[in-house]
Amino acid sequence: MGISVKNLTHIYNEGLPHESVALDNVSFEINDGEFIGIIGHTGSGKSTLLQHLNGLLKPKSGQIIVGDTDITDPSCKLLEIRRRIGLVFQYPEYQLFEETVAKDVAFGPKNLGLAQDEIDKRVEEAIGLVGLPFEEIREKSPFELSGGQKRRVAIAGVVAMKPEVLILDEPTAGLDPKAHKDVLEMAYNIHKHEKNITIFVSHNMADVARLCDRVFVMDKGKLILSGTPEEVFSEEERLTSIGLSLPPAAQLMHRLHEANHAIKAEVFDAENAAEEIFKFLGDKVC
Amino acid sequence: MSDIILKAENLTFEYIQDEDGEKVSALDNVSIEIEKGSFTAIIGRNGSGKSTFAKNANALLLPSSGTMYVGSMDTKDESKIWDIRQLVGMVFQNPDNQLVSSIVEDDVAFGPENLGIEPEVIRQRVDEALTDVNMYQHRKKAPHMLSGGQKQRVAIAGTIAMRPDCIVFDEPTAMLDPSGRVEVMEIIKKLNSEGITCILITHFMEEAAEADRVIIMDGGHVVMDGTPSEIFAQPDKIRDINLDVPVAVDIADRLRKKGIDVPLNIISTEDLIKWVLA
Repeated sequence: MGISVKNLTHIYNEGLPHESVALDNVSFEINDGEFIGIIGHTGSGKSTLLQHLNGLLKPKSGQIIVGDTDITDPSCKLLEIRRRIGLVFQYPEYQLFEETVAKDVAFGPKNLGLAQDEIDKRVEEAIGLVGLPFEEIREKSPFELSGGQKRRVAIAGVVAMKPEVLILDEPTAGLDPKAHKDVLEMAYNIHKHEKNITIFVSHNMADVARLCDRVFVMDKGKLILSGTPEEVFSEEERLTSIGLSLPPAAQLMHRLHEANHAIKAEVFDAENAAEEIFKFLGDKVC
Repeated sequence: MSDIILKAENLTFEYIQDEDGEKVSALDNVSIEIEKGSFTAIIGRNGSGKSTFAKNANALLLPSSGTMYVGSMDTKDESKIWDIRQLVGMVFQNPDNQLVSSIVEDDVAFGPENLGIEPEVIRQRVDEALTDVNMYQHRKKAPHMLSGGQKQRVAIAGTIAMRPDCIVFDEPTAMLDPSGRVEVMEIIKKLNSEGITCILITHFMEEAAEADRVIIMDGGHVVMDGTPSEIFAQPDKIRDINLDVPVAVDIADRLRKKGIDVPLNIISTEDLIKWVLA
């Protein structure tokens, strides 16, 4: 199953003085099993795009086809869209509301009208997938957990619906470095286990470079660039001009490369950067 | 005492974890002095006590034991609470939770209005504060039409308009995109250069590296305290408490482990580039 977005356009406040084109003729394809990163300045249209993918917003024109269903077709049932496409908002922990962790995670599957034993099975599996100890945590109030744990419970609530497409809107925002790493690892594990399409929106270029098969770059409502992390992050000037940056290690390597072409620029993480600098320094000494 | 704006003396803050009444110390006997005009970054894991410290700094929370002095005022002195809050302003993580009005300039005026200041003076302060954060041209806009970085700058303007001596920024860039983060960091550095004492709580080590002083908290204690070069010269110790280091420090450390003698005072990308090319 893949996603095909064709000529998607959305205009906020159309006809009013402050109308703004949030999505401008956006088209792309996502293949089955891909891990896609979306990057862009605030206000570039990322969130508007995500809300279309999950049927929260309807486009002015254009189509979104998931598998063989056109979810922009007015006859397409919203429940059907939400079952197939799970959207985890920014700071999803603010949406926790139930008395216990297990009940909170069960809320989505329950609304899908699943049988109780299926719900129970999914709740246990989802809590496991987000890396939390099921037995220990199931009867706890979600509000007595740490920030990182709360966020994982909220994500489990979406994962338990077994969406074919899992959209994570800045899942690591506001987490400390350890929780940040844990949540990324979790996203990757869920992706491998569920074999879903994962769409990962982030401002952290290092994470995007490390995790994603392909990266989409949004600017002013347009999809201006897409490709592998190598391809996208080789366009430093273009990215900088729209308020984005390279992964910190890549920034460093680009600047070293500018000063001395013997140093390779296409490096995205500290490990490879150290390797490259080591080689350069070694050659210099010899 | 005159050059110390904040002084925590054996500050302990306890809260009750759950219904059985078990007490947890978010701050455990912490003593910190913050110099007037300084720029201090506080880093640490979630739950390390950094935000609790921040909230004690302007009497949003009061110590369970020990004392927090703001200037010469004890935060436990209820009659001084408005003076304390005027002296120490706070900017929080989520700009949407801090903006109260539907027009930018009204929002900035909210604080001074509550101080009971004359309308003409308020007008002047609002204009100055908005100019200071480069948002004057947006003064008539609705906050929800602004970008995250712009909203956060409006929130900062709202604090500046109260004319605080010290501003505590509690993860002000956590929700912003890279350019929004740069905008806010530039404003913080500018305010600091104008003499406002800045305390920045952050998870971004690159931001902490720009301060004059870095305090690392863990489990309610101060575990490290020094200049950025002193702190980041100990990457293993920092990683042990599950924090990151700036990328230049990470790379320098990896090079050292490969047997290359990289000086310990290299903490920024600039430093590392200069050293590699030298």
